[in-house]
Amino acid sequence: MATTANSGHDVAVLGVGMHPWGKWGRNFVEYGVTAARDALRDAGIPWTDVDFVSGADTMRNGYPGYVSGATFAQALGWTGARVASSYAACASGVTALEAARTRILAGLCDVALVVGADTTPKGFLAPNAGDRPTDPDWLRFRLIGATNPTYFALAARRRMDLHGATSTDFAKVKVKNATNGLANPNARFQKAVTVEDVLASPMVADPLHLLEICATSDGGAAIVLTSMDYAARHPGSAGSPVRVSAVSTVTPTYPNTIIDLPDIATDSTAVVAVGERSFKASIAQAAYEEAGIGPEDLSVAEVYDLSTALELDWYEDIGLCKAGEAERLLNDGDTQLGGRIPVNPSGGLACFGEAVPAQAIAQICEITWQLRGQATGRQVERATAGITANQGLFGHGSAVLLTR
Amino acid sequence: MTTKTRVPALGAEGWFAPDAELPHLLGLRCTTCGTYVFPKAGHGCPNPACLGIDFDEVELSRTGTIWSYTNACYQPPPPFVLPGESHEPFCIAAVHLAEEGLVIMGTVVAGVTVDDLSVGQEVELVVDVLFSDDDTDHLIWKWRPTNAIGGDA
Repeated sequence: MATTANSGHDVAVLGVGMHPWGKWGRNFVEYGVTAARDALRDAGIPWTDVDFVSGADTMRNGYPGYVSGATFAQALGWTGARVASSYAACASGVTALEAARTRILAGLCDVALVVGADTTPKGFLAPNAGDRPTDPDWLRFRLIGATNPTYFALAARRRMDLHGATSTDFAKVKVKNATNGLANPNARFQKAVTVEDVLASPMVADPLHLLEICATSDGGAAIVLTSMDYAARHPGSAGSPVRVSAVSTVTPTYPNTIIDLPDIATDSTAVVAVGERSFKASIAQAAYEEAGIGPEDLSVAEVYDLSTALELDWYEDIGLCKAGEAERLLNDGDTQLGGRIPVNPSGGLACFGEAVPAQAIAQICEITWQLRGQATGRQVERATAGITANQGLFGHGSAVLLTR
Repeated sequence: MTTKTRVPALGAEGWFAPDAELPHLLGLRCTTCGTYVFPKAGHGCPNPACLGIDFDEVELSRTGTIWSYTNACYQPPPPFVLPGESHEPFCIAAVHLAEEGLVIMGTVVAGVTVDDLSVGQEVELVVDVLFSDDDTDHLIWKWRPTNAIGGDA
């Protein structure tokens, strides 16, 4: 069992559930409800015992998506439970989780259900229709033609220039994750690929090829979160439950000098010097500080591989190695299953594609299965602590530390 | 052939002087702490240690160095407007302006490919047509390598 310095702030993950990722084309509510029922069954807790429903919103499915907490609560059958709906782009799932965790830690509820689900259109994620010339997300498409892969590619090219990364290094990330995903029944893509396959796929945004950029998917994920006291009393949770030991949802600090979706310019460094840590590094650091553990205590990590190159950035940002050493970590096999610190044993976004409000929750589901020893075919041996890391838009991001 | 009206693209009004001989981006400089802001925002100084709410409009440096770059091999979705009959891959650069400490993205002028670009390379700002309709050229800033042979903006 991993010991954390600040375990008085822990809450228990008693249940996790998912609807498989795919391009199913059905109502997102169906995926969320399937995942929620799965998580409740996993926890052995009836829906009617849930005090608080916390939904992660989707912006692409009309009004029900903007009030997802209530949408899922109604679909499961109104019980009078308290409700919240959260939107934080790719970090929405963890923002919903944090609403539940803080309510539990405040003593205001014992059992919370966190749900996120999405149905996504084909192709590039694009802004909603209509002219909105004061919206940075509209402006970057209109004025520059900057899609999400544009930003992933700027980061990738930067990595090549700063650290000598190669296209082969990037392709190897995809190969690793595709291998991991073969054993994950919830993954959309369960197909092995080679470095040659990756490099032969069409260039989308130089230096990134089609197989290096995550797709958009349909999917749903859910978590049943309870107080540690409730978990100790609950007959279904014999033994020690997986714990949420820290949640980080920090914003950047001024000046934020890495160009981030959807902005077209950085902050200025003319007056205030660049800080010690980048935004992404500060996300993980805040989680480590809150839990009182460090990267050396980790058994496993699930990071947001929106592109192959971004996974390598995360190795450094979550402290697995120093800046510029991620390619060596990858090439030494440290981050593959059986290595020192496996990253994305689920197959990652490379095998899932992104279902925005569900994705950060899915990362937590995977770490939970890993810490319970239930990740059949992709299990990290003797896993006791894991981190999830994710970056959204507009200064949202998240990291969650889970221990057992 | 009638001359089309030249206007800054919707959303970029006041961000550059469209007809200057040597075009600059127009940013803001906080009169209290001196930090720079681009694109313009009217929310007060973004430096959290500064209480300033007043800005001077300033011309930003018209040359900078490439911080990173990529290209758009596929046509971006709306609200991007296709400037011609069919999609031609174009480059996008994020450019560091040393004096202002800003990195600003922009399209690279037509005729330049990723093979012509490198991190650290010097580029200059030009004003070019984003797209045209019947009687109007919608203008935008673009980056052009200072050693460029391609690009005729």
